[in-house]
Amino acid sequence: MRDGQVVKGVRFRDHRVAGDILELAARYRDEGADELVFYDISASPSGRSVDRGWIGRVARLLDIPFCVAGGIRSVADAEAVLASGAEKISVNSPALERPALIDELARRFGTQCVVVGIDSQATPAGWRVHQYTGDPGRSRAADRDTLDWVREVQLRGAGEIVLNCMDVDGVREGYDVQQLAAVRAISSVPLVASGGAGRMEHFAEVFRRAQVDAALAASVFHSGEIRIPALKAWLASQGIEVRP
Amino acid sequence: MTDPVIIAGGGANIASLQFAFERLGQRAELSADPARIRRASHVILPGVGAAADGMTRLAAAGLDTLLPTLTQPVLGICLGMQLLFEASDEGEVRCLGILPGRARRIHASAGPIPHMGWSRLRILRPHPLLAGLGDEDWAYFVHSYALEPGPDTVATGDYGGAFTAVASRGNFHGTQFHPERSAATGARLLGNFLELG
Repeated sequence: MRDGQVVKGVRFRDHRVAGDILELAARYRDEGADELVFYDISASPSGRSVDRGWIGRVARLLDIPFCVAGGIRSVADAEAVLASGAEKISVNSPALERPALIDELARRFGTQCVVVGIDSQATPAGWRVHQYTGDPGRSRAADRDTLDWVREVQLRGAGEIVLNCMDVDGVREGYDVQQLAAVRAISSVPLVASGGAGRMEHFAEVFRRAQVDAALAASVFHSGEIRIPALKAWLASQGIEVRP
Repeated sequence: MTDPVIIAGGGANIASLQFAFERLGQRAELSADPARIRRASHVILPGVGAAADGMTRLAAAGLDTLLPTLTQPVLGICLGMQLLFEASDEGEVRCLGILPGRARRIHASAGPIPHMGWSRLRILRPHPLLAGLGDEDWAYFVHSYALEPGPDTVATGDYGGAFTAVASRGNFHGTQFHPERSAATGARLLGNFLELG
């Protein structure tokens, strides 16, 4: 999401408009998506307050869970998003700036509402967390080890972790199974794989080899390259249990 | 006249429940006023965070004594269902005691906690609340505590073992899942609830 439209980039850069938010939300609902995540990438880097009117419109339309990410820096911000009808809120850069935000949100709303998004990149020193990835001009390493941060956010009250593997994001060559499996091994909360889906096989691979609880994708769904009903039917035929 | 009231207990995401009724063409008022709740045709008790907080809020509004005396259909959702039972391990709290049983923490061996996602329902016996629903239907769950199947269980879910997904005793009903986020399954259940008289 940026300024009311759905956009998608490649490796977190060069975002293009992918469609109208309500149209896409309705399409994915009808196609059988299990959950939608809305990243408002205009929110966090610039630190500005954003128009949240779309959340209520989406909530009226959707009868499946959805999560809103971007620009949530306080309990009050989260309260407004949840009151508009979102199921969960996801925090990323603001939690890196001030980790106690996670504790505050979990205390107020319960851990089940609090998703922590982590943008992670491979470096010679191991996987490292990145910050402000919504804005290529400000995106930078956050000086944190990914696995350390995964452990910390759980102690603070994260109820779910979405791991965005930046090296593979938008390039459609498969999820970063190795990194996801490493994070899975130290996560006792639900883990969502994000970044890299290109073919149906990639979904089966990430469920089987990284034991993630859910697989998130954007590019291949927005483009229509993979249709959700076909994907679910194929996964079921591979013995992976999915809601039809 | 169908006049459902959702109990306002300070939960942050009540809007999604109101929208679900709107999609069924039914306005559902939010209220914590005992007189208003008593007049409602149907009462919905949504989840409000942790069990101890939920009971504290109900008691503060005088609703802990009102609820067990209601005679119209009552639907507890998620934590709201758990509060209908006797007690919860979450904060070692005594609940409304309308249904027998105690909510216990999901065992870590079941999988990641909270159990957050879609699970298939297994219907144990026919019930008007489940009219038109079957074992091929899925519902969306978010919970860290659960009720073992008991005498009032009408449908179960599975997460490292069976747990109560839908419970019913007399005019009191509950769903561990979120019907407002369970697509067609949830819409059907809420519609069925409004049909109960």
